[in-house]
Amino acid sequence: MLTAFLVFFPLAAALLLHFAKGSAARALALGASFLELAVAVFAAFAFVRNGPAGFDLNLNWIPSAGINFHLGIDGLSLCLVLLTTVLVPIILATAFRHEEYENPGAFYALVLFMQTGLLGVFTAMDAFVFYFFWEVALIPIYFLAGAWSRHERRIQITFKFFLYTIIGSLFMLAGFVYLYLQTSPMAGSLAAHSSDIQAIYAAGKQLAASEQSWLFWLIFAAFAVKMPIFPFHTWQPDTYTESPAPATMLLSGIMLKMGIYGCLRWLLPVVPLGVSQWQQLVMVLAIIGIIYGAIIAIRQRDMKRLIAYSSLSHVGLMIAGVFSLKAIGLQGAVVQMLAHGVNVVGMFLVADAIERRTGTRDLADLGGLTRRTPLLSVCFLVMLLSTVALPLTGGFVGEFLLLAGVYEFNMWAGAIAGLTIIFSAVYLLSMYQRAMLGPDSAYSDTITDLTGAELGMFVPLIVLVFWLGLFPGTFLHLSEPTISSILTAVGR
Amino acid sequence: MLPIVLLSVFGIINLFLGFMRSNRALLPFALVVLALVFGVNLLDWNHAGSITGLFDSPYVAQMLTVDNYSVAFSGIVLLTTLVLLPFSRSYVAAGEPNLAEYYSLLLFSLVGAIMMVSYNHLIMLFVGIEILSISMYCLAGSDKRNVRSNEAALKYFLQGAFATGILLFGIALVYGATGTFQLNELAAAIATPANASLQSMLYVGVLMMVIGIGFKVSAAPFHFWTPDVYEGTPTFFTAFMSTVVKTAGFAAFLKLLLVALPGASAVWLPTIVAMAVLTLLLGNVGAAVQTSAKRMLAYSSVSHAGYLLLGLIAGRGQLSGPAAQAIFFYSLAYSVATVAAFGVLKLVSDQRQREDYAGLAGLARTNPLLAFVMTVAMLSLGGIPLTGGFFGKFFIFTAVVAQGYIWLVVFAVLMSMVGIYYYLKPVIAMYMRPAEPGNEAPIVVDGFQSATLVLLAIMTLVLGILPGFLSGLL
Repeated sequence: MLTAFLVFFPLAAALLLHFAKGSAARALALGASFLELAVAVFAAFAFVRNGPAGFDLNLNWIPSAGINFHLGIDGLSLCLVLLTTVLVPIILATAFRHEEYENPGAFYALVLFMQTGLLGVFTAMDAFVFYFFWEVALIPIYFLAGAWSRHERRIQITFKFFLYTIIGSLFMLAGFVYLYLQTSPMAGSLAAHSSDIQAIYAAGKQLAASEQSWLFWLIFAAFAVKMPIFPFHTWQPDTYTESPAPATMLLSGIMLKMGIYGCLRWLLPVVPLGVSQWQQLVMVLAIIGIIYGAIIAIRQRDMKRLIAYSSLSHVGLMIAGVFSLKAIGLQGAVVQMLAHGVNVVGMFLVADAIERRTGTRDLADLGGLTRRTPLLSVCFLVMLLSTVALPLTGGFVGEFLLLAGVYEFNMWAGAIAGLTIIFSAVYLLSMYQRAMLGPDSAYSDTITDLTGAELGMFVPLIVLVFWLGLFPGTFLHLSEPTISSILTAVGR
Repeated sequence: MLPIVLLSVFGIINLFLGFMRSNRALLPFALVVLALVFGVNLLDWNHAGSITGLFDSPYVAQMLTVDNYSVAFSGIVLLTTLVLLPFSRSYVAAGEPNLAEYYSLLLFSLVGAIMMVSYNHLIMLFVGIEILSISMYCLAGSDKRNVRSNEAALKYFLQGAFATGILLFGIALVYGATGTFQLNELAAAIATPANASLQSMLYVGVLMMVIGIGFKVSAAPFHFWTPDVYEGTPTFFTAFMSTVVKTAGFAAFLKLLLVALPGASAVWLPTIVAMAVLTLLLGNVGAAVQTSAKRMLAYSSVSHAGYLLLGLIAGRGQLSGPAAQAIFFYSLAYSVATVAAFGVLKLVSDQRQREDYAGLAGLARTNPLLAFVMTVAMLSLGGIPLTGGFFGKFFIFTAVVAQGYIWLVVFAVLMSMVGIYYYLKPVIAMYMRPAEPGNEAPIVVDGFQSATLVLLAIMTLVLGILPGFLSGLL
């Protein structure tokens, strides 16, 4: 019941928003997202006390085809549910800062609609439910990124994004259909097949290595585009850069995690033999992505574009951790999913705060901002240092575990992947230096510091950064059983 | 049986209403008639015609059978017409002098459509197709003073008549080889041929029938008339053509192949596979390069014929199998979305006098409702989840993969990626481009039409969210 509420309450709120105007719409949207957060936290406590059994929701959906509307929450899902529900209020609050948005009620409604899609993806326990929500999440973000952008190339950029992701998803669907036709029905079902996660796991496991080999790519295509992994990333920098700030946060903070979560839940245990066949190739691509993203990031002048490439680089490390197929690497991926979600939203929040004040994101035009903006500088620095993976921050724990996993897989891979930390220190500190320190710019004397409300948006992010850095065990304990069952399924 | 009688009688009464020059009464009358017939039709569900078969005699039963299959497809065509009718209001408002004839022709054409989905005798199939087609020839040319409409009618008539000839020739050859018009007797005669030397005659006959019906459902390479005819025909009737004619055509096609010709699948199966591949390719690529939304929808209707042809390939076994199921669901989802798309397009083009993508620009600002409904329709036609079109494609693809045609489904999936490309174009125009100069005024839509559009959007979403209640029906 709690699961159904978590998934569908944002949608209901989004529909209600149709009847609200102006500040009432804001209050409704924010109120709904806070209520959602409260329920998620309550669910987390219930989960710790009673375990995952109470969260299972299994209803007939298409009985003639053996497809059930099956949602459930385990430790891995819960981590991502918490991430989503924490970030959405902050993203909404960012949207409130943009007075220039036309028809803001629709914007907030789409953010909440998106939340339903995301939570559905993270809790789906049936292949078609998963695919369904996977696509549902795409529709609102397409409009958020395109219809509210003011960039003249927005149509081409979002069109490319949409086509890339949907083509990837269709491959995944084809893979699932193939697996589905290999399944045997669940007990008591009249249908010939079942798309339940356990049935899909069982069907995938008994396939020959050659079949798993191409199935791997069908399913991985969707995740590879979404994350994105080099060389499927070409939609990402433009989309991240030119979308409105809240849409960028949704894309980078949460939607990206759909890909990594998808690998963990719907790829590794489904086609274990396919995974071990392609493990090394994916590792190589991931490490190329790390270096490639970092080198391009160094050369960027646009703050958002720099963060976009930095995100590409960090995602590479997460993928490498996942495909190391070591417990420590997978656990690192879980922590880093959370840490990266918090970090990247914080970084885009900083970029948005600066852009709203100065009208530019170009580092060449900025400089010397720190004098009038002590609060912004501190927030910026905390987010930045966590992204650079300084000890005590969430980024450190995540990246350390990931690197340990990659190192266990292969020493040289670990060594090269470790460059990500050095590189990110280079481009992020230089960004900070060029924007906040350095010679005064036209804005140094006029820029205003964070308002109370804006500070309120940063505080939870900063708390989470340190929480993840100091007590990562909270989340590691949650995800541990899932991770070990995934590894058992892969045969490691 | 009763739906056919009712439609014919009320069609004639409707003609007389036209003499009274009371245009206002015509639309409500037609709506009530359709709602009534729709209800009567549903009475036969699970009763195999025993409820409304007032006039059934063994002789009639040999010609037409009422079963769940025919009730389901009759339901689709009646429902489609019912939700389409409100968009004819501009005719009422403009004082169209021939409105009664239009409505009567629509009702008569539905008689043909219902015969096509319930025939048990090849002559009934032919008569049904002809009743439907002749009504459509007239309606295609109903915009008498418009050259394009005249051209459409002439083109449709000439090519349609030609295809009818081929169909009839095919029926004659099949009769010659088997000595029967009855579907089940035909199947038996093909399974145990009395005279092996007539086998080639039978096969040629089957092939000609496939070609004849292929023309009617605009399957490539017999689709060349479709874009021109659809574009020239007044939008209201184009919507009817691309939904009712197609649904009835495919229901008839499937019944023919499944019930009468399973023994001749060596001939028709490769033909249909080739036609499906060609149709998908030409329909989707053709649609992708259009700049006119109406012409895009015409090509898109060709491409949907391709997906439905795939459904025919999956058609082995009974009329209640996964193939019939998939075609039923697909036709319904496709019809609802297409009516919505043409409905919006008609409202926009009536006021802005243009049917290209640029004419749709800025619609999200001036008419959020129209833009939303059009978006839902486009997503459904593109096969994106949350809409009925997704499950339509899903059921078809699953049924075809289960028959072992994996390469065909891979091709169809690639083609539906092309589909997403062009279905997104109207959405982009509506939401991301500002209105063209002179088009800033909102489109005038009356409450009745708005309510219909909302209903269509809700139907599409319900089909996409809760497909379970219809998917196990047949």
